[in-house]
Amino acid sequence: MVKFLALLVLVASPWASAKEATPAAQDPALDQRVMALSNELRCLVCQNQTIADSSAPLAEDLRNQVREKMRQGASDSEIIDYMVARYGDFVLYRPPFKLTTVLLWFGPLLLLAAGAAVLLRRVLRRRPPGDAEMTAAQRARAAELLTGNETERR
Amino acid sequence: MNRFVLPLAIFAALVALLGVGLTLNPREVPSPLIGKPAPRFELPQLHQPAKTFSEKDMLGKVWVLNVWASWCVTCREEHPVLVDLAASGVVPLYGLNYKDRRDDGLAWLKRFGDPYQLSIHDFEGKVGIDYGVYGVPETYVIDKRGVIRYKRIGALTPEIVKSRVLPLVQELGRG
Repeated sequence: MVKFLALLVLVASPWASAKEATPAAQDPALDQRVMALSNELRCLVCQNQTIADSSAPLAEDLRNQVREKMRQGASDSEIIDYMVARYGDFVLYRPPFKLTTVLLWFGPLLLLAAGAAVLLRRVLRRRPPGDAEMTAAQRARAAELLTGNETERR
Repeated sequence: MNRFVLPLAIFAALVALLGVGLTLNPREVPSPLIGKPAPRFELPQLHQPAKTFSEKDMLGKVWVLNVWASWCVTCREEHPVLVDLAASGVVPLYGLNYKDRRDDGLAWLKRFGDPYQLSIHDFEGKVGIDYGVYGVPETYVIDKRGVIRYKRIGALTPEIVKSRVLPLVQELGRG
């Protein structure tokens, strides 16, 4: 019972704490579009939230702006351009791929490659050279041992 | 001994990088509006709602637009700096009263003093969005051709006015 209550509290807490955006209910398809695009846009006041998540007044304004633009028939990419023109690339949750963001996109890959290169070099270097080579005398002795004609050497 | 040098160097580089990162302010998002024409607006004036004011009225002049609100705590800290800037008479200072009730805005100016030539009233915050406002106070320096040349997010300080705003205004005034 206690467990169940705890679970209930856990499940219910997001609704209790975060006052979600209350979309105007007249047009569910439009609302869905607004929310979908709002999830791609960063709230600049509370920077680790999207404007869909945030209840900051600016996020609300921006959502309304998105809705208004959509009503006027703007496409998603037009609205994104509109936001970027005002707030810069930072407003996008998915940074665009361009010269200034190359390191952002390929940085982790670059680190991985560097790590792999270091590892490979170490592994290759560690193997002692030529330890499997035997001299002719050792070879003969081994053959003797294997055939069982071991001569007493002591 | 030698094999410690490289990891140590990498570690030192990382510390330096992160150290620089710590000194940056993540709230200062570089504005894409620098070097672009100031977005158009036509808004009622705060004191005389029947009259409007537009950025076009300022063509041919270097001017400063300061976004403020009575609900903005930092604006109160910034206020004396603006009073000084206005008193110096170097550059005309205009206010954008952002998402504020008219009565509240007027009362605020009455209480603390009005450094602005005039303030415009952006109740809905639409012009604020066009100007990429997200952290009041914000300040823009706009040149004679109506191009935004500088933007400050957050309060102006005497140091910033002295080192950034005034030199820029003087330079733009000559051109």
